[in-house]
Amino acid sequence: MRSTGVIPSRPKRRLWFGSGIGRLNYRHKQRLFIYGGLLIPLIYFVVIRILPILYSFNVSFREWGMLSPDKPFVGFDNYATLLSDPLFLKSLVNTGIYVVVGVPAQLIAGLIVALLLQQVVKLRGLFRTAYFIPYVTSVVAVSWIFRWLLMKNGIVNALFIELGLGPQSFLYSPSQAIFWIIAVMVWQNIGFQMLIFLAGLQNIPKLYYEAAAIDGATGWQRFVHITIPLLNPVMLLSVVMASIGFLQSFTQVLNMTGGGPLDSTISVVLHIYNLAFKSFDMGLASAATVILFVIILMLTLVQLKVLGSRFQQE
Amino acid sequence: MESGYFSFRPSKTLQLLIAGLLLLSITACSTKPSEESGSVAVTASGDQTEPITIEYWQYEFPAKVELINTLIQEFETEHPNIKVKQTNFPYDQYNQKVATLVPAGKGPDVINLYYGWLPKYVQSGYLQPLPESSFPGIAEAFFPFVDTAKLNGSYYALPTGVRTLGLFYNKDLFTKAGLDPDKPPTTWEALVSDAKALTETDKNGQLVTEGFAWEPGSQLHHWFRDGLLYQAGGKDTSEDRRKILWNDTPAGLEAFKYLVDFATVHKVGINGFYTDDANAFKTGHAAINVDGSYRLGSIKKDAPDLNFAVAPLPGYKGKSTQASFWANAIPANVTGEKLEAATTFLQFLISKGVQEQWVEKVGELPAQKEVALQDKYVNDPLLGPFISQLNDANAHFFIDETQERTLFVNAVDEVLLNHVPEEQAFNDLVTKTQKLYDDYWAKQDKKK
Repeated sequence: MRSTGVIPSRPKRRLWFGSGIGRLNYRHKQRLFIYGGLLIPLIYFVVIRILPILYSFNVSFREWGMLSPDKPFVGFDNYATLLSDPLFLKSLVNTGIYVVVGVPAQLIAGLIVALLLQQVVKLRGLFRTAYFIPYVTSVVAVSWIFRWLLMKNGIVNALFIELGLGPQSFLYSPSQAIFWIIAVMVWQNIGFQMLIFLAGLQNIPKLYYEAAAIDGATGWQRFVHITIPLLNPVMLLSVVMASIGFLQSFTQVLNMTGGGPLDSTISVVLHIYNLAFKSFDMGLASAATVILFVIILMLTLVQLKVLGSRFQQE
Repeated sequence: MESGYFSFRPSKTLQLLIAGLLLLSITACSTKPSEESGSVAVTASGDQTEPITIEYWQYEFPAKVELINTLIQEFETEHPNIKVKQTNFPYDQYNQKVATLVPAGKGPDVINLYYGWLPKYVQSGYLQPLPESSFPGIAEAFFPFVDTAKLNGSYYALPTGVRTLGLFYNKDLFTKAGLDPDKPPTTWEALVSDAKALTETDKNGQLVTEGFAWEPGSQLHHWFRDGLLYQAGGKDTSEDRRKILWNDTPAGLEAFKYLVDFATVHKVGINGFYTDDANAFKTGHAAINVDGSYRLGSIKKDAPDLNFAVAPLPGYKGKSTQASFWANAIPANVTGEKLEAATTFLQFLISKGVQEQWVEKVGELPAQKEVALQDKYVNDPLLGPFISQLNDANAHFFIDETQERTLFVNAVDEVLLNHVPEEQAFNDLVTKTQKLYDDYWAKQDKKK
C-alpha cells in the first residue's frame, strides 16, 4: 500500500494494514488497542454464545437423531410433541413454582440479612463472610450435603423426632421435595443477595433518614417510604437475576432428587438435559430450550417494564 | 514513536510473544516426531511396508483406558504393521462426539459401545456386521446373552468383559443376627425371612440397619426385568423386541409385588437410606444388596475392611440374572486394509489373554465360556458366584435406559407414596413402557 495517491493530501492517515502498526500515531494505536480489546471478547461471545443459540433454533425444527446421517426438517413437530408431553408440562409448572416461591423468598431473606448486618457494628466482616461463603461453595457439594442431612435417617430427621414432630420424608415426598430444594437454593444465594442489598443500602443518603426521624417517622415508615423505594433499582436487578436463576434450576435438582419422586421436582432445564444427553433427542431438547428462552425473555422484559417504570416515577 | 502513559509498543511485545510461541511450538513439535520416529524404527525392522494406523474409541474409564494402552503396546509388538491410536470421551458425551465427528470423517475403526445402544447404531447404518469368516462360532464360544448383539441375523459387536448382578451380603451382620454367614439365601422366601431377621430398628421405629437394601433407581429395575421376571416364569419382550411381555403371564405382577413388598409389607429397606443402597452397604448399614460385579472394585477401594461375601441371586421357579456389557464394533465406512487391521485388533480384543487381563485389571467378567469357566475364576470366592450365573444371564433390550428406569421408579413410588394398588401401578408401568417402544418402532418403520 505504498501508493496513497487516492488521498494525497493526507499521507499520514494510512490504513493500518500493510503499513506496519509501528508507523501509526499514538491516537490510532490507542484506538486500535481499545477496539481490539473489545473485539476479541465480542467475537468470542458471538461464536461461543450467540451462534449456538441461533443454531439451536435450526435444530429445534428438525428430527435430530444423534446418529442418523440425515436430519429432516419437521417444522413445528418437536414443539407439538413437547406441548402434548405431560412430563414437559409438569416441568414447566414446577419451574413456575421454583420462580414464584424462590424469588420472593430469596429477596426477603437477603434483605433481612442485609438490614440486620447494617445494624451490626462489631464483627460485621465475619458475619458478611459467613453469609457469603455458601454462595461460593460448589453447588454439587452443597446439594449432596443437604441430601445427606435430609435423608430419612439423617440428622434433621433425628432432630424432628427428638422434638416430637415425627419423621419427615423430605426429598422422598412428592409434596415436600420441591420446597426443600428451593430452600437450599435460597440458602445458597442469600450471600449474594445480601451483598447487592448492602451496596444498595449504602447508597441511600443518611440525610433522608435523619430528616424523616425529625418529622417523627417510625422505623417501619422509614423502611417503607425511604428504604424500599430507593432500593428499587437494586431490587429490579435482583428480581431479574433471581428469576433467571430459578428458571434455570438444574444442578440442585439433578443432585438432590434427580427430578423425582414422581417427577415432582423436575425442572425444564433438567428435562432438557435428559432429552439431550440421555435420550439423545437434540431436536426435542432444542425446542424445549427455545421455549425456555422465550419464557425468560418475555418475563425479563415484563419485569423491566413493570418494575422499571415504577422506579422512574419515584 | 510516542512514549507515554498509555503507549502500546507492539513491536517489542509482539516480538516477545512470537518468540515465546515459536519456542513453545518448536519444543512441542520436537518431542512428538522423536517419539514417533522411535516406534517407526521398530516397525521398519519387522516389516518393510508402511504401517496402517487404526483408531480405537472408548469412553473414559481410567482402568479401561490404562489397560487398553498396555494392550495396544502388546498388540503392536505382535503386529508390527498395525498401529493403534486410542481416543476417549467422557461417558455423557460419547454419543454426541460420535454423532458429530463421524460425519466429519473422523470416525474410529473399532468402536466400543454399550450394548443397549447397538439397535440405534445399527438402524442408523453406522456399523457393519462382523465378517463371519473371522469370527466363527460366536454362539458356541460366548455366553447366551451375546445374542443381544445379533441384529438382522448378524453379530455387530462382541464384548471383552461383562457384568452381572449378584447378591452382596455382610457376613458380620449375618453373624450378629444369628444367621450362618456361609449360608446366604438361595430362594425368594429365604431372602425375605433373612432380610427380616437382619433388619434392626430403634425405639422410634426408625431403621438402623436395612435387612435388604432397597433402591429401585439403582439396580432393582434390572433385577426385576432380567432376574425376578424370568425366575417367576415370565419373559421380558417378544422375539422382535416390539412388545413388552411383562403382564402376559401372572409372573410379571408376582415379580413386581415381590420387589415392592420389601419396602411396603416387610419393611426391611427404604430408598434413600444412607443416600443409596451401595453406600448403605459399604458403610455396614445394609445387610444384603443386589448389585453388579463392578461393585467389587469400588468396595475394595472405599471399604477395604468390609467383611462381605457374594452369592448368586436367589431363585424361584428358575434361575436368572442380568448381564450388561460394552462391546466392540466396526463402523460401516471402514474398508480395505483398515478393515483387515480392525478385524485383527478386534480378534485380539476378544482373545483369551485379553479377557483374562480384563477380569484382573478392570473387574469385568469374561464373556467367553472357555475363559470364564477356568478353575481359577469359578473357585474365586468373589468372582465365582458371578461366573456361575453367566449361563442364566439375560441382557435385556432397551430403547432409553433413563426413561425406562424412571417409569419403573415412578411405578414403585406410586405404590409407596400414593398408595396406588400394586396391580394398577404395574399395569400402568407396562402401558407406559409399551408406548415408549411403540413410538420408537414407529419411527424406525417410517425410516425404512
